[in-house]
Amino acid sequence: MFQKLENPRARLIGMLVLTVVMLILPFVLTGNFESGKSWIRTIDFALLYIMLALGLNIVVGYAGLLDLGYIAFYAVGAYLYAILNSPHLAAVLPAWLIYPSFPVMIVLAGLVAGLFGVLLGSPTLKLRGDYLAIVTLGFGEIIRIFMNNLDRPINITNGPQGINNIKTVQIAGYDFGRPIEFLGLSFEKVHLYYYLILAFCLLIIFVSMRLQNSRIGRAWVAIREDEIAANAMGINTRNIKLLAFAMGASFGGVSGALFASFQGFVSPESFVLMESIMVLCMVVLGGMGHIPGVILGAIIVSITPEILRDVINPLQHALVGRKVVDPENLRMLIFGLAMIVIMLLRPEGLWPSQRRKAEFHEKDEEAKA
Amino acid sequence: MVLFIRICTPYLGLNNVDIFLQQIFNGLVVGSIYALIALGYTMVYGIMQLINFAHGEIVMIGAMVTITCINLLLGQNVALPGPMLLLVGFMMAVPVSILLGYAIEKIAYRPLRKAPRLAPLITAIGVSIVLQQAAMLIWGRNYRPFPAILPSTVHEIGGATITSLQIAIIGLALALMAGLFFLIERTKLGRAMRATAQNPEVAGLMGVNINSIISMVFMIGSALGAVAGVMVAANYDQAHAYMGFLIGLKAFTAAVLGGIGNLGGAVLGGLLLGLIESLGSGYLGDLTGGAFGSNYKDIFAFIVLIIVLVFRPSGLLGERVADRA
Repeated sequence: MFQKLENPRARLIGMLVLTVVMLILPFVLTGNFESGKSWIRTIDFALLYIMLALGLNIVVGYAGLLDLGYIAFYAVGAYLYAILNSPHLAAVLPAWLIYPSFPVMIVLAGLVAGLFGVLLGSPTLKLRGDYLAIVTLGFGEIIRIFMNNLDRPINITNGPQGINNIKTVQIAGYDFGRPIEFLGLSFEKVHLYYYLILAFCLLIIFVSMRLQNSRIGRAWVAIREDEIAANAMGINTRNIKLLAFAMGASFGGVSGALFASFQGFVSPESFVLMESIMVLCMVVLGGMGHIPGVILGAIIVSITPEILRDVINPLQHALVGRKVVDPENLRMLIFGLAMIVIMLLRPEGLWPSQRRKAEFHEKDEEAKA
Repeated sequence: MVLFIRICTPYLGLNNVDIFLQQIFNGLVVGSIYALIALGYTMVYGIMQLINFAHGEIVMIGAMVTITCINLLLGQNVALPGPMLLLVGFMMAVPVSILLGYAIEKIAYRPLRKAPRLAPLITAIGVSIVLQQAAMLIWGRNYRPFPAILPSTVHEIGGATITSLQIAIIGLALALMAGLFFLIERTKLGRAMRATAQNPEVAGLMGVNINSIISMVFMIGSALGAVAGVMVAANYDQAHAYMGFLIGLKAFTAAVLGGIGNLGGAVLGGLLLGLIESLGSGYLGDLTGGAFGSNYKDIFAFIVLIIVLVFRPSGLLGERVADRA
């Protein structure tokens, strides 16, 4: 993000300012706005979406495998957390498995989701492009339909009603569901989760950055650009592709577990295909394969509908004096239009990587020459 | 065929022939609708390698416009027989869809023709959201019932029943498909389309106007989609602003199943998918001892798809195309 600032001191200052802003943001919001708390909630979800988008970015952006069922891994993580941390199956499951400690839970969510990633990846390795897209889409739907219907013969997922009474995260004896007094400030649930999700988000950003230029990251890019050539260069394309699926999936699983504990409730409705598509939009709108771009895309796509929610109704009343159209539909309509317009104006995404930008403007350069 | 099924069924371990035949009929009706929609997907894909996500929404708008139109006429007390009313509805819905298909291609896809493949996919999703929400604003959130204007004569064949409406759906779908095949295989326009699908640049050099051919493909696909939308609404007696999504998804699955880009494949895939879905959801309960029931209906499409693609990555009738991703 700060590559443009050549001067290391400017970079450092930029980083510091950003850190301070991120740290005090929730208190600025609750201190100054009436609806501050709901805004922090929105930001919490935006952070979860950033994690998801970065996970999908590994599959789509780095390895070039179009995945339209990514939300399934989010669902796997969320349901795993929900089943292990709620009274729903507490009587049936062995005692050592139920209510695991938080780090164990997160690792478990990542591993199980990663396993599902391999499960999806292994039969589809031969497929490319749209065939892969449609199979991943089908996989996402299969997971959702199972969650919707696995309340019988054995009640595992509790069907369309979903699982509730999910326990909040407990770290070092602190329950994140209750306000904690610290340094004279009252940290409520939304605040606590803000910092928790932010920490995970930073971790995932860090992992993504380190992966990008690693041996594996370069192998992914090689596969994306030309699979046959990559194979000829000695890359084990099968394993590397599976690794991309597993890695992306485990990011999704971790954010799913956080989602379940934050929401306190999971149901199949949260994991519809539209969610997968939204996460893909974040990646593509922001700039595929470019971490700051993907983060920007995630923020825009997740926050714009919320801003529109706050803007449209007052605007409608101010202009016409009454409710003319349903604001819920209107904001989604505007959102859809915005997606079209952004893509038409900047098909490479809002904030593409230098390489991708260059690829896009190759033709312009040629035309000039 | 009825006789054949009657003879075979005892050996298949199916004790109730009537139900089996009934599921076949239902599957054929739904399958022919899938096939019509799948043709729209596959034609666009064949020429542009683009998943036209907005196609399902065109199906929905076709259904909605027809219902509105018929209700308007009924409100005016126009004394026309049911099929005539429906025809007027078609005459409104088909041009609207054609116009919409043309506009979508021109606005959302044409400027991105040279862009990488994910860019038009995102605009397609954007168009789909816009159309869905616009439909919600115009027609509301509730299910719209399909007006009861068609005679519902029930025919009995071999112990199973089929309504005249369902026969009409299969008949009309087959007629439209035959028309489309004639158009593609026997006319000058069709030859231009095939040429464009093979190699747009060379086709352009040979004097084919690529832009108008692509527009044409979108318009034909949209017209078929609108007709299919009315069929869906008439068959299930209702329409809804979100109906396009799932049906579009299944139709696309059908197109991939048959081998995307291949017209015959789309028809085969659609019919197969309809049959599999109806037989699968009908018998799953018996096969698993009641553990799983017809609520898994929507899963069949995807499981079959995954199995087919694992063993035949290019679909049933698809040719092994070069890596276009």
